[in-house]
Amino acid sequence: MQFGSLQEVIHQYIHNGQSVALEGFTHLIPFAAGHEILRQKKHDLHLIRMTPDLIYDQLIGAGCARALTFSWGGNPGVGSLHRLRDAVENDWPRPLRIHEHSHAGMAAAYTAGAARLPFGMLRGYVGTDLPGVNPQVRELRCPYTNTAIATVPAINPDVTVLHAQAADRQGNILIRGIVGAQKEAALAASTLIVTVEEIVESLAAPMNAIVLPHWVVTAIAEVPMGAYPSYAHGYYARDNAFYRAWDEIARDREQFTEWITRHVLCSHNHSEFLDSLAEAA
Amino acid sequence: MSIHSSANTYTPDEMMTIAAARLIWPGCVCFVGIGVPSAAANLARLTHAPDIVLIYESGGIGTHPRVLPLSIGDGELAETATAVVSLPEIFSYWLQAGRIDVGFLGAAQIDRFGNLNTTVIGGYSKPKTRLPGAGGAPEIALHAKQIFVVLKQSPRSFVGKLDFCTSAGFLNGNGERAQRGLPGAGPQVVITDMGILKPATRSQELTLVARYENVSVERIRAATGWPLAVADTIDVVAAPTAEELRVLRDLHKRTAIAHAGDARRSRKIPRAAAGQVNV
Repeated sequence: MQFGSLQEVIHQYIHNGQSVALEGFTHLIPFAAGHEILRQKKHDLHLIRMTPDLIYDQLIGAGCARALTFSWGGNPGVGSLHRLRDAVENDWPRPLRIHEHSHAGMAAAYTAGAARLPFGMLRGYVGTDLPGVNPQVRELRCPYTNTAIATVPAINPDVTVLHAQAADRQGNILIRGIVGAQKEAALAASTLIVTVEEIVESLAAPMNAIVLPHWVVTAIAEVPMGAYPSYAHGYYARDNAFYRAWDEIARDREQFTEWITRHVLCSHNHSEFLDSLAEAA
Repeated sequence: MSIHSSANTYTPDEMMTIAAARLIWPGCVCFVGIGVPSAAANLARLTHAPDIVLIYESGGIGTHPRVLPLSIGDGELAETATAVVSLPEIFSYWLQAGRIDVGFLGAAQIDRFGNLNTTVIGGYSKPKTRLPGAGGAPEIALHAKQIFVVLKQSPRSFVGKLDFCTSAGFLNGNGERAQRGLPGAGPQVVITDMGILKPATRSQELTLVARYENVSVERIRAATGWPLAVADTIDVVAAPTAEELRVLRDLHKRTAIAHAGDARRSRKIPRAAAGQVNV
């Protein structure tokens, strides 16, 4: 486990062509890390996330991804992810291979990955067209009851990136609030990078809170507001107005590219990104 | 568009939300998504069913949101929940294990057997419109003891043939769902902005059983992309009461104010944070 700046950590551990999961189910989405991937112009990534959300809309629109594994690709409560749509519908800015699941299927795949099982299983996908378009979704017979069970191959990302509330000086990680499938995604990965709101002397974690112990963490970077415009429970709320505004920004290719250039590429780090948004407001 | 009744003026969307809320019973364990399902379930909680258990796929069990969440994972849902569990747990121990009474789903397309499409319009590999996709819907449709579907009725949404089946209803009808061993009972009611449909006993084809006042059966037929089956007797759904409208509008008003507050915060938060950042 090492501490480092976000720039160093992304540079050292995320490489072109890798499979990368930036997880966080609506809560604790690692936006700062995603933006740093974009700044460092990582490419040919296989992106994995249950809900691609705005962060993958940005990475896909900027041409960082060759493939996407996902289970729900909308702007929550608002509508479409226009950059994801443009990639799927028109191959812009480049073709995007999609591996599509349901939430339950993807949760089973992460859970299997964390347990180092070859596949996950669920009673799922029955009667739907999803197995017809995703050959990874298959079926086996239970050896005890002979009932049919759907299977999905384990997801084991090369790198998982999370955002969390806090790390202590040893590098133990505390996550609280809506936890999604973060623990599973973290333990399924070969490399685990975590950005945190703050580094503290003691986590003072409630019993049963999610603590990822330091020896499963590869690297930690302290990035206050690192989940913005998503949120960090106990630190700041989700900026629902930003999610609404994104609909208009992302609708048009040129406007999107201008936004990315102005706010992400022309900022050296997350602090400057937040400043540039404040100036524009 | 609004309709004038003797007591109140209301919109078709309000009528749809209120009609859906009335179908929820006290104590019902309800798995809800964002949009009309969330509004209807919370309206029921704030009127006749204060003890319903609202479950959102983000992990909140027994949530009591003061305002409607914009996203499925708003902090409001966690803060007001009895328990917050992980996503794999919600889908396996709660939904798959059969602990949900009603799953509330919307869709872009529905067919006559209540099968739902939220994936694509057009072909899958090069779609005309790429929709968000499955999310929790396929397994909600599979495992909830019954499904309520809420969507606006038009020939574009009520189609003869789905472009893609994301979530199973009665498949091809005539008992196929049960024969293939799907555990839940499937879509037992479809609530639209014009009326209410229920599956016929034998064929399981969706049949119009009720209409809202001032909406004719002919208009509903015209808004359906297949020859619509109509029950022998059509009920007229009672117009919203003054109390239902007041509670629903208060909820939407509180929600709008709360989400506008996010906009003010968003301008402040980055500035405030900039001072704290050590780079």
